[in-house]
Amino acid sequence: MRYIWLIPLLPGVGAAVNGLVGIRSFSRRTAGIVACSTMALALALALLAFWQLLGLPAESRAYDVVVAQWIPKIPLATRTGFAAFEVPWGFRLDPLSAMMLLVVTGIGTLIHVYSTAYMADEPRGGVARFFCYLNLFCFFMLMLVLGNNFLVMFVGWEGVGLCSYLLIGYWYEKKSASDAGKKAFITNRVGDWGFVLGVFLIYFTFGTLNFREVQNAAATMTVESAHFGVLSWICLLLFVGATGKSAQIPLYVWLPDAMEGPTPVSALIHAATMVTAGVYMLGRNAVLFSHAPMVMEIVAIVGVLTALMAASIGLVQYDIKRVLAYSTVSQLGYMFTAMGVGAFSAGAFHLMTHAFFKALLFLGSGSVIHAMGGEQDMRRMGNLKKYMPVTFVTMMIGTLAIAGIFPFAGFFSKDEILFRSFLSNKAIWAIAVVTAMMTAFYMFRLMAMTFFGAYRGPAWETAGHGVAIGVHDRAKDATLAAAHGAKHPVDIHAHGHAHEPDHEVAHGPAEPHGPDDASHHTGHGHGHWHGPHESPTPMTFPLQALALGAIVAGFVGVPAALGGSNALEKFLEPSFTAEHAASGAAREIRPNDVIAGRQLEAGRQTGEVRALEHAGGAAEESGEHVSRGVELGLMGFSLLVAIAGIGLAWKFYVTSPEISEQLGEQWAGAHRLLSNKYYVDELYNATVVNGTFGAGEGLWVVDRTVVDGAVNGTSKLTVISSWFSGLTDRTVVDGLVNMVGSVVQEGSLLFRRLQTGLVQNYAMLMLFGIFAFVSIYLLVR
Amino acid sequence: MITPTHYMLLSAALFIIGVIGVMVRRNIIIIFMSIELILNAVNINLVAFSAQLQNQIGQVFAVFVIAVAAAEAAVGLGIILAFYRNKETINIDEMNLMRS
Repeated sequence: MRYIWLIPLLPGVGAAVNGLVGIRSFSRRTAGIVACSTMALALALALLAFWQLLGLPAESRAYDVVVAQWIPKIPLATRTGFAAFEVPWGFRLDPLSAMMLLVVTGIGTLIHVYSTAYMADEPRGGVARFFCYLNLFCFFMLMLVLGNNFLVMFVGWEGVGLCSYLLIGYWYEKKSASDAGKKAFITNRVGDWGFVLGVFLIYFTFGTLNFREVQNAAATMTVESAHFGVLSWICLLLFVGATGKSAQIPLYVWLPDAMEGPTPVSALIHAATMVTAGVYMLGRNAVLFSHAPMVMEIVAIVGVLTALMAASIGLVQYDIKRVLAYSTVSQLGYMFTAMGVGAFSAGAFHLMTHAFFKALLFLGSGSVIHAMGGEQDMRRMGNLKKYMPVTFVTMMIGTLAIAGIFPFAGFFSKDEILFRSFLSNKAIWAIAVVTAMMTAFYMFRLMAMTFFGAYRGPAWETAGHGVAIGVHDRAKDATLAAAHGAKHPVDIHAHGHAHEPDHEVAHGPAEPHGPDDASHHTGHGHGHWHGPHESPTPMTFPLQALALGAIVAGFVGVPAALGGSNALEKFLEPSFTAEHAASGAAREIRPNDVIAGRQLEAGRQTGEVRALEHAGGAAEESGEHVSRGVELGLMGFSLLVAIAGIGLAWKFYVTSPEISEQLGEQWAGAHRLLSNKYYVDELYNATVVNGTFGAGEGLWVVDRTVVDGAVNGTSKLTVISSWFSGLTDRTVVDGLVNMVGSVVQEGSLLFRRLQTGLVQNYAMLMLFGIFAFVSIYLLVR
Repeated sequence: MITPTHYMLLSAALFIIGVIGVMVRRNIIIIFMSIELILNAVNINLVAFSAQLQNQIGQVFAVFVIAVAAAEAAVGLGIILAFYRNKETINIDEMNLMRS
């Protein structure tokens, strides 16, 4: 465990090797091997560290490693005076970070393996570049989850944002991809602004940035249930950061657009790991958040609204990846709901299970897109279960898991969240249940449109005899195909943009190429597209592994009501609480107490202290043990709801497709609203983007008129004043000098007459002079 | 009876004749001679008052004046000679080299 710092470092080394050497000189294979092997080593180390962590007693399951000093001691002002601001490159392994570590390295490794096949048609240098970014991403993500203070976390936090930008914009020749990259980066920046302010406030309040010290210090402070104090502000700012990174209202807009990146990126970053950073950060600061119940409520409300809104948008999307993207936003909303109602371990549990099945679904969709030669529009798929059975089965497992069907992973984690939110707030629970139904519906809609029904994609040519089997196949299913094909003309015309960004560039156009097209580079390894086909082993293996995960991952958190021991919650518990020893006189706040605590506070306000303290205790009791019946009932109910959603989807999209068409026409307004994603992008464009542009232009006008005017005015003033100065110089100064000269000249012209040179004149003057002087002498005497 | 008044009148007459000569004549020699007249008018005064006042200093002074007049004549004649060799004339109107 002393070597946990190696875990992030290994992918970092891989990124450096691929980035510095690989882009120029590695073959695709070598680049893939370098990237995968570093990730596999990191996974091995992570497993080892986890094993050692499990070997310790539950109370001491934490390990800090300081690799090096980063920022030496600087005295810096805090609320209580100056403290030594000192930040080490410190890593911390505790149950929460161990879980994240396993998720990131495990799923990261699988996705690296998958990418070797998925990216096989890319240009050589591009593959190395891709793996360099991918490794770099893992490096930063591991830094994020392992850092033992806010600043190390922030390095990872910013780093994953950067890598997300690089990877979304991987096909940077395509405008939509580079735009999406920019959008992601800028939107994240807004969130990061809140995060940084939160970190500043944390240092100002606590005088340290170390997670453990902050939590211990926060545990001694009072719960801010009635007023919005400093802890609430810290939590609110941190939550703003989380909304950016984890795609919550109002900063979720970047995530659906991020689907412009290659599919493994969507799976790794935009489903399994990076977007969970916000959830992880909230869990990391569970004690802080427990002390700010008002912010907790905000978190829960934002989370559940995000879940509902994203799920409703997902109902009508046709791009297979976009459905999954909105599903991701929605599931992240669930996690925030869990965090918000104080069920930190339930949120973390859902984070883990979601990482499995969402990565699985994304990789499956990547496999489908690969098979369809780059087609992402579900209206042009169908009946693919015939061509790609492995993908179908694994994706079906993922779908059942996300829909929350027993006994797949999503069932346990989602029900944990639903149960906790039921205890906390019935309204939130109701919205969450509706969302769960929508989730089941749109996921089965996706499955139905992709794998069932009739094949609606383009025809293809077989290599052998040139007979278009696809066309034949299509004709065979003519009736169904007609029904399906006629189903969406309204949508196509009404929402022309729905299929704009559908083609992944490197895969070339979706239409199969005739022989005359041979010179055209399709980017597909085997030249012509030979119809949908099962993906190669490096792609199916991760699918199978993740499907296994999607089945079994839930069993680590089987709730007590089902006879399990909820091992995960017990394992994670220490990460969400302050340390006893350090908390001193203050009572330890456990997140489970929050509900009880809230009621307790409310009771104090009304004055019925004693009675409600008892009620608070009862609430806690019921939260832990008593309401087993309620819990089981809720489970059954949500299971029923999920099955109802599945049934509806099945009815709408498989057995009688015309119903969905009719519904789409009946509710045309609602349908358009959902298809256009509530016009949020348009709203942001109109307000934020255009506002920024407008402000920029306004500032430019100010610059041009005021600033430039001032500069030009100064210069003009100088010119004028120097003209005046020149004028006085020419007239006054030169005039004086010339006047002296001319006076002297004129005078000398006058007096030179006296100098006749004639002696007798001089003598005469002398005589007159003497005469005059003598006369004066005689007269005046 | 010859009184100092008579001497002074003679002296004044001589002085005025000398001054007029200096003023109006063009010949440098004549001018020189007029200057001698002026000096001698002074001498008559000196001697006359010396006799009148019974003081010999006046007569000594007169001798000095005669000596100085002789020296002056020598220098002046030298200059005139040099001038004449240059200009072939001794007309005072031609001597305007100091004119600006």
